[in-house]
Amino acid sequence: MENYNESRNEAWREQLRKSKTAKERNNIARVEMPQLDPAYRITCNEEVNQGINAEQAVLEATRCLDCPNPQCVTGCPVGINIPKFIKNIERGEFAQAAATLKETSSLPAVCGRVCPQEKQCESKCIRLKMNQPAVAIGYLERFAADWQRNNTEQEVPPMKPANGIKVAVIGSGPSGLSFAGDMAKQGFDVTVFEALHEIGGVLKYGIPEFRLPNSIVDYEIEGLRKMGVKFEKDVLVGKTITYDDLHEQGFKGVFVGSGAGFPRFMDIPGENLIGVMSSNEYLTRINLMSAGRGGDTPVMQGETIAVIGGGNTAMDSTRTALRMGAKRVILVYRRSEEEMPARREEVGHAKEEGVEFMTLHNPIEYIGDEKGHIKAMRIQRMELGEPDASGRRSPVPVEGAIEEIPVDIVIVAVGVSPNQLIPRSIEGLDVSRRNTIVVNEETMQSNIGDLYAGGDIVRGGATVILAMGDGRRAAQNMAKQLLGE
Amino acid sequence: MNKIVSKQRFSENVTKLVVEAPLIAKARRAGHFVIVRCGEKGERIPLTIADSDPAAGTITLVIQAVGDSTRKICALEPGEFLTDVVGPLGQATRIENYGTVLCCGGGVGVAPLLPIIRAMKEAGNRVVSVLAGRTKDLIILEDEVRASSDDVIIMTDDGSYGTKGLVTAGVEEVIKREKVDKVVTIGPAIMMKFVSLLTKKYKVPTEASLNAIMVDGTGMCGACRVSVGGKTRFVCVEGPEFDAHEIDFDELLMRLKM
Repeated sequence: MENYNESRNEAWREQLRKSKTAKERNNIARVEMPQLDPAYRITCNEEVNQGINAEQAVLEATRCLDCPNPQCVTGCPVGINIPKFIKNIERGEFAQAAATLKETSSLPAVCGRVCPQEKQCESKCIRLKMNQPAVAIGYLERFAADWQRNNTEQEVPPMKPANGIKVAVIGSGPSGLSFAGDMAKQGFDVTVFEALHEIGGVLKYGIPEFRLPNSIVDYEIEGLRKMGVKFEKDVLVGKTITYDDLHEQGFKGVFVGSGAGFPRFMDIPGENLIGVMSSNEYLTRINLMSAGRGGDTPVMQGETIAVIGGGNTAMDSTRTALRMGAKRVILVYRRSEEEMPARREEVGHAKEEGVEFMTLHNPIEYIGDEKGHIKAMRIQRMELGEPDASGRRSPVPVEGAIEEIPVDIVIVAVGVSPNQLIPRSIEGLDVSRRNTIVVNEETMQSNIGDLYAGGDIVRGGATVILAMGDGRRAAQNMAKQLLGE
Repeated sequence: MNKIVSKQRFSENVTKLVVEAPLIAKARRAGHFVIVRCGEKGERIPLTIADSDPAAGTITLVIQAVGDSTRKICALEPGEFLTDVVGPLGQATRIENYGTVLCCGGGVGVAPLLPIIRAMKEAGNRVVSVLAGRTKDLIILEDEVRASSDDVIIMTDDGSYGTKGLVTAGVEEVIKREKVDKVVTIGPAIMMKFVSLLTKKYKVPTEASLNAIMVDGTGMCGACRVSVGGKTRFVCVEGPEFDAHEIDFDELLMRLKM
């Protein structure tokens, strides 16, 4: 908190605070995110949210009261100095706003797009207590990061002199990139090993470009390269090289951010029919392999596509299916819309684009034709019962309420389990029954002293920003350990 | 980027490539596969490793041109590059001294079978190999197989080489004449299905190597799922070899048509 107060007490901040009354600030309405028209956007892969302009950003930043005890910062897993970057926007110092973001976040342009701000920083905004909408912190973050990318040369943030200590990162998704950036800043010699042929992990293979353009991810990766981070593609640690090989090559610390690799299925009859696939398969084919968009990889097309699940991946799958030309896309979710884990914004976008919502329904069987291709799904109607362990009201079947709906493709998006490849290949590593790597939650250190882990391989299935927060904490603690502090 | 060191054409559609991949050459064991990509928009294609030379830093791949991507790979010349090679993937074959091992390969399946034949021989087994193909030209790697086998039986559909008949006839001949402790089969799914039915009849434990459709090869997508003993398994991570008598070959054959 000291750090936040220090910057708050700077003369320009005090002046800026006094330049407008609270009432003036309160009278400004929250900015709306400009979006592409739904009818147009489903014909292409362009980014739906267009971003706010400088004028809108300054006005929105003015809504921030710059409170003495800012709670927004407590809602940010990487601890961005939110009031400082917002007030820099208000005074028109956009480059300094971006630099503030970069102090603690390696991927601000990514976070500004995919973070669930409404559940994090924005959920703590003082304005909510005044019965007003929160300051649009996420939109402002995106604005500052985009402004910098579009208006300045990419700069290397302040870095400590090289200390010559080599550290390895397994996986180039959000936790690995965040870890790599922080370690590089501290002077470490960082190499990231990626199993796939593209750097970026879930940011590339999972999140579609209409939500997060690849060019933005590539820009952030380029920034890390400029900081000296090395990337090795097509290397599967545990297979191509072993954990012991890493030690032989002189790596003194290893961070595992290998993600949640294994798609879950529901174990219902007909799930192995042709045309039933995981959301990971569907999205990987299209996002990573450019299937249907000039890539050599094929992807199945169909007129009627059902997506099973209620998370962001389910929303991404429905909206991708529309963009691939499906005539009818049905989202099947066993609870009600209220319990959906997906972001409200994604749910809203999916609806605007014409996705049909069949909430309180659950597939119980898939029916195939004589060639083994799915032709219909049997759907059980559900109702909400008592709350379960997760606090959400658990769905129970309504007896006899079963219907059959013809479908061409079913995409199963009911979650993922951690990828066992790496945990299995490291002898003595403490792994949970769910195949996650067990770490000290404060330090992210595993039972093997030089091995840290974070992101979905620890959490089982979480968000980009939580993964980044893990990478950041692991970096702080590994750096302390290796520097003997 | 992985350089093609040498190339040999076995037949019109079957090509052998020796490819630079030093880390994989060192790490791979019999039964492992790699995923290769040719071109920036290229598909990820799983290929079982037929051989490797750790000293030279190369692996040997045998590719059958069946679609656009495999045709592109077969068209590469020495000095040109594969865009990506990642591996070794999958579980290595369990090699031990079983006694007598019958290794049965069909068509291009003989290529991934070869390292298993060698490893089984090295482990002290008596190795009988049955190689099958539609016609004489499609019998590959015969000399290499002979060098590590105690006996070799060749079957062709048209009788142009070896004995005329299906692979199962050759397998049955061996099982009838001597005690076989283990069968390993690699080839087209339909061939493996019938080999499996036969060895089940004779109660000989059998492993089949499944080259199902794969996308990422690391367990991420589940495209390669197959039912084994009533449970869904992922070929790329848990395979590619499974107990043949437990595999649902009819479902596999159906899924291979997609």
